[in-house]
Amino acid sequence: MEMLLEGFGTALTPTNLLYAVLGVLLGTAVGVLPGIGPAMTVALLLPVTYNVSPSSALILFAGIYYGGMYGGSTTSILLNTPGESSSVITALEGNKMAKAGRAAQALATAAIGSFVAGTIGTVLLVVLAPRVADVVVTLGAPSYFALMALALFAVTAVLGASKLRGFISLFLGLAIALVGTTTGQPRLTFGRPELADGIDVVVVAVAIFAIGEALWVAAHLRRRPLEVIPVGQPWMNREDWSRSWKPWLRGTAYGFPFGALPAGGAETPTLLSYITEKKLSKRPEEFGKGAIEGVAGPEAANNASAAGTLMSLLAIGLPTTATATIILLAMQSYGIQPGPQLFDAEPELVWGLLASLFVANTLLLVVNLPLAPVWARLLQIPRPYLYAGILFFASLGAYSVNFDAFDLGLLLVFGLLGLTMRRFGLPVLPLIIGVILGPRLETTLAEALAISQGDLSTLVGEPVAVVVYIVMALLLVGSIVGPRLRRTAPAHEDEEEKVDVR
Amino acid sequence: MTGNTGIGRVGRMLVLALVTVLVASGCGVTRDGGDDPTNRRLRMMIPNSPGGGYDLTGRSATRAMEENDLTGRFEITNVIGAGGTVAMQRLLNEEGADDLMMTMGLGVVGSTYTNGAAATVSEATPIAQLVEEYEGILVPGDSPYRTVGDLVEAWKADPGGVTIGGGSSPGGPDHLFPMQLAQTVGIAPRDVNYITYDGGGPLTTALLGGKIDAGMSGLGEFEGQIADGSLRVLAVSGPERLDTVDAPTLTESGIDMTFTNWRGVLAPPGISEETREDFIDLLARMRETPEWEDALERNGWTDAFLPGDEFGEFLVEQDTRVATTLKELGLV
Repeated sequence: MEMLLEGFGTALTPTNLLYAVLGVLLGTAVGVLPGIGPAMTVALLLPVTYNVSPSSALILFAGIYYGGMYGGSTTSILLNTPGESSSVITALEGNKMAKAGRAAQALATAAIGSFVAGTIGTVLLVVLAPRVADVVVTLGAPSYFALMALALFAVTAVLGASKLRGFISLFLGLAIALVGTTTGQPRLTFGRPELADGIDVVVVAVAIFAIGEALWVAAHLRRRPLEVIPVGQPWMNREDWSRSWKPWLRGTAYGFPFGALPAGGAETPTLLSYITEKKLSKRPEEFGKGAIEGVAGPEAANNASAAGTLMSLLAIGLPTTATATIILLAMQSYGIQPGPQLFDAEPELVWGLLASLFVANTLLLVVNLPLAPVWARLLQIPRPYLYAGILFFASLGAYSVNFDAFDLGLLLVFGLLGLTMRRFGLPVLPLIIGVILGPRLETTLAEALAISQGDLSTLVGEPVAVVVYIVMALLLVGSIVGPRLRRTAPAHEDEEEKVDVR
Repeated sequence: MTGNTGIGRVGRMLVLALVTVLVASGCGVTRDGGDDPTNRRLRMMIPNSPGGGYDLTGRSATRAMEENDLTGRFEITNVIGAGGTVAMQRLLNEEGADDLMMTMGLGVVGSTYTNGAAATVSEATPIAQLVEEYEGILVPGDSPYRTVGDLVEAWKADPGGVTIGGGSSPGGPDHLFPMQLAQTVGIAPRDVNYITYDGGGPLTTALLGGKIDAGMSGLGEFEGQIADGSLRVLAVSGPERLDTVDAPTLTESGIDMTFTNWRGVLAPPGISEETREDFIDLLARMRETPEWEDALERNGWTDAFLPGDEFGEFLVEQDTRVATTLKELGLV
């Protein structure tokens, strides 16, 4: 505790505070743009490590990382254009809320949720970091495969009213996920090297959400009366608070451990959080129409995962995301080697960094919360201009990844797919989940089986995997038996339960 | 609310500034030669993501040139995809462009084959090889293998049962090294059970958790774990021992082979002889700068400067060798 206070001493010097502010602003800005993320930004700023002190540089980078995790949500909510893969899920309910005139509340619950999750995550980081190493390395491919399988299993809860349409969408997603050289052989790449690494989930999400919608709106612009988006209240009311706080905490509980795991990342916990909130909500019918829980949970999850990532990085020198890899590089360029000995070797740096995470979190809240109503007014822009802006923004983002027109082509193709899906009433979430989980399921399964030389029993060879399968079995049994026990339940609930059986 | 909108303006300005930078770099900035070399604008293409090996090499080199006013500012672009094949194709497409260079290395050579790309490295104009880096054989601290001999013995007894991990995809250095090692000690490369990890981080976890038996990789990313004994180095692949790591070479361990990962710089095909000479000279002068020496030391690279034609011959030789190895594996 004393160490942490000294850390605040380091973090709150005017110079370091300035770097924290700069990092947070820069992170928010790049989080907003779909093409560039925190990893790219930190890499571009690596040369500053030649000129500034280690603590200042790391404070700057951590600010960018936290800011990036938050910034992606703003465009997700307002423009249906996720800036990062971690805010893809946020767009689902967030944008629906914005259309219902509740953009300010969506942005606020995202900002406060991020703050809460980031703060709890950082506390967990401080408490757990010294003794986490042994746990993390015991998880191997079989455990990850089990976790991914659980996530895919959970998808059945969000297939929507029509199971057939839900499965069509899911398998479309899994098909898109097949593209690439995951197995060592090019698959569905049509001889294009641009497709060899598979298709980025951000490109798919931006295309399906934003381009698809813009095309849909354009197709109906003349035939439909202008829908005026109501202005709504600028702040969260009591009900919003009471519906948000539990999802924040549950989101944190998902995000932190996944962030700390080498194959975890931020996408899976945001997804699990969304599904959980939908299952637990007292008003499941609001999901898909703008439920605040669906924004609060995933946004908390992605910020908590950033804290988890930093824990693995500091405690065992293990970068679990691209951004963490580059922060590791920056540390090495100072001759600092993260790992168990770091806390003893460089106390000032470590505690300064940890304290600056609290500072960065607070700054994010202070900067973004008052801005929520301001951003929300963006939606008052007349529709043709607004959608022109969205199209421009999405294209710029896709193009800026590689400066290659090919990516624009991809964006358009998936945009047309998005339009078609809207036309035939296919839900988009299962597709996105397929794209996220498909490659992970495949690589973890391939890795597990390669190590065991094809022996399937390896899949239940790790305790975590066994526990996950038991949970899945229980969920399955529960979803079959549950509805029979509750025959008297209201009709719409019954409908929900039936969906689960499959 | 005026204060808040002020912050909003700053945010928007940041976004705007970023957009401007992006748009500017996308357009390919005009090149006004002039006589003053510091006015000259050059482009450096990096065939993988920020933070990777090519990125570090390319950025260190351009920085050394900029700091010493050997030329004007560089515009650096990361072209990501298919282990460098996308960037390679783009370099060949820019035939005759006299302001473009690309950082590349052994991994790009391998990727052009494993991705079945039409582009090969020998079509471009070789400028210079810059650095060499050696691979190490890593095992967990509590591994039963104390020497390379122990590992090879177990490996020969059950080639598929000894799992080998590496941080590069098929065709990259961490993949080619165990294959060539296997061949040298008399194991069919096809029998090698190679597991691809997404870089050094996941490879470290797999090793620490005892999920794989040995890992092959450049050693830079493992300093911490080697220092605290949680990972051990059985051997290094270079002709001589490394200063930083206490481990024998393969030759010392009785295995007659060396393996070197290298990186260098290419230019597009069809550039003038004058430009080619100019680029070679630029990199030769870059090599003398203190910033570059600093980068070599910090990253554990070995200086291995090979200018122009010599680099070209080396490339052809490497191209053939990699193609042969991958053909034997049935990957091409």
